[in-house]
Amino acid sequence: MSQQELLQYSPQQLLKIYPFLESFFAGQNWILKQNHQQKLIELLDQLDEEQQEDHAFDKADFIEQLHDFISQMEAFVGQKEKSVETLTVLPGNDKSGNPENFEQLIFKTKTITSIVGPTGSGKSRLLADIEWVAQADTPTLRKVLINNEKPDNSWRFSGNKKLVAQLSQNMNFVMDLSVQEFLELHAKSRMAANADVLIKRIIDAANELAGEKFLPETPITSLSGGQSRALMIADTALLSQSPVVLIDEIENAGIDRKKALKILTGEDKIVLMATHDPILALMADQRIVIKNGGIHKIIQTTEGEKAMLKQLEMADQKLQNLRARLRGGEVLAEA
Amino acid sequence: MNLVTISGPPSSGKTAVILKAAESLMKRGVKIGAVKFDCLHTDDDLAYEKAGIPVKKGLSGSLCPDHYFVSNIEAVTDWGIKENFDLLISESAGLCNRCSPYIKEIKAVCVIDNLSGINTPKKIGPMLRMADIIVITKGDIVSQAEREVFAAGVYAVNPSAIIMHINGLTGQGAFEFSTLLYDENTQIDTLKGKKLRFSMPSALCSYCLGETRIGESYQMGNVRKINL
Repeated sequence: MSQQELLQYSPQQLLKIYPFLESFFAGQNWILKQNHQQKLIELLDQLDEEQQEDHAFDKADFIEQLHDFISQMEAFVGQKEKSVETLTVLPGNDKSGNPENFEQLIFKTKTITSIVGPTGSGKSRLLADIEWVAQADTPTLRKVLINNEKPDNSWRFSGNKKLVAQLSQNMNFVMDLSVQEFLELHAKSRMAANADVLIKRIIDAANELAGEKFLPETPITSLSGGQSRALMIADTALLSQSPVVLIDEIENAGIDRKKALKILTGEDKIVLMATHDPILALMADQRIVIKNGGIHKIIQTTEGEKAMLKQLEMADQKLQNLRARLRGGEVLAEA
Repeated sequence: MNLVTISGPPSSGKTAVILKAAESLMKRGVKIGAVKFDCLHTDDDLAYEKAGIPVKKGLSGSLCPDHYFVSNIEAVTDWGIKENFDLLISESAGLCNRCSPYIKEIKAVCVIDNLSGINTPKKIGPMLRMADIIVITKGDIVSQAEREVFAAGVYAVNPSAIIMHINGLTGQGAFEFSTLLYDENTQIDTLKGKKLRFSMPSALCSYCLGETRIGESYQMGNVRKINL
């Protein structure tokens, strides 16, 4: 619909044709006070200069933004986005300008890649390259391909479509909402279909990850550390649109890390995990070593390492059991 | 010279974002100058100086900060041209959320942060709605879901803008942002004759002129009453 055509409709009619306009109208204070059955052009004509001033409102600007919003949303809702199957990083340079020593680094959906290297070694830069789908136009000169093709620019600039979702230890919930309300809000912002089913799945999944269960009515800000992490992971797996998930360490306490990773890979995510915890690092299919701003090595997890992982998990289980018994008030060893 | 106006609510991370982006640009050999507009007090000029960026600061004091901005931006631009900057960055705090110091044909950036609350995008007027680029900061301390919800709120208010996430502490995203700030082919010689993207609020009442007494008989000029 052209800008001129849009003006011939009333807000009510527009909402019927484009239900997603609800969020747009919600951001336009003046419209809420109007008769929704009247044509937009009439509503706009009724606004005198003083009212426009009061609402900090500009007619031409409004109609242009309405038009932009509709065309972008239609593209977003209508087209079945081709999903991201693989992400390929082509080598660039490290901080000293030496070329990186690998042919290509491939991340596939349902796989886990761990990233190791000291702080400041260039993990953030690698992530930023991926997020920006670098085309030899960042300091590292790396190139990133999606499904083996040069990706289009919308990954860079669109507010609705980000390549990477991030989870880290430092993240907290800050909204004053219950778990249920919070997930509803998130589902709405994503315009997710059958939100109710999805929300229930998220809460169930999070409760399965966290040691202690929480209710849909629990305020998100009063969740424990482990519960918060569990909810963030379940929500990111099931409701975030980003195909890549970066995890910056997951603490050992209060959350089943193996299950957490399984949920993410089960939802076709590409999982990247910055960690120096041997159990997590060895759970990955491959790991990359970063040094001096460059990718120094790509290591496929060896059979020996997988065997070692089993032992580590057993030891970890032992620790977890002791922890549970301590919590239960038991004496761990007699005198 | 390029001119960019950057604004945003107080403490949203404007200076941090600018300094990180400037670092990338200066590495490329772009000569940067800055001007900081604020109301009563700012130490941000020291931060610019420390980063090796020539800076001027303007405090509006008893005047409306955005009116002060628009009466001075032309002279500041002339200063930038005289100093031979490639890029002049004007930073100003959006204090009443009503104004925006954006000028037609001059790149406009709004910086807001994830902690400011889910309804904030609706509360900020033209400063957000008329920006070309919107930078969202402090994403490293809130959940992925909150980042997505907040970005969706911003998008609903300004669907035309480029929306970017930047971490002002680590600088993640700042390089990418910097590539959008400076364009070799853009050249401005003067602001004379250019127009604001949106009018400043009209405010001319006795209190603008220094009245302090409360009471009907002291109110003159453009006065409006709350609907109780």
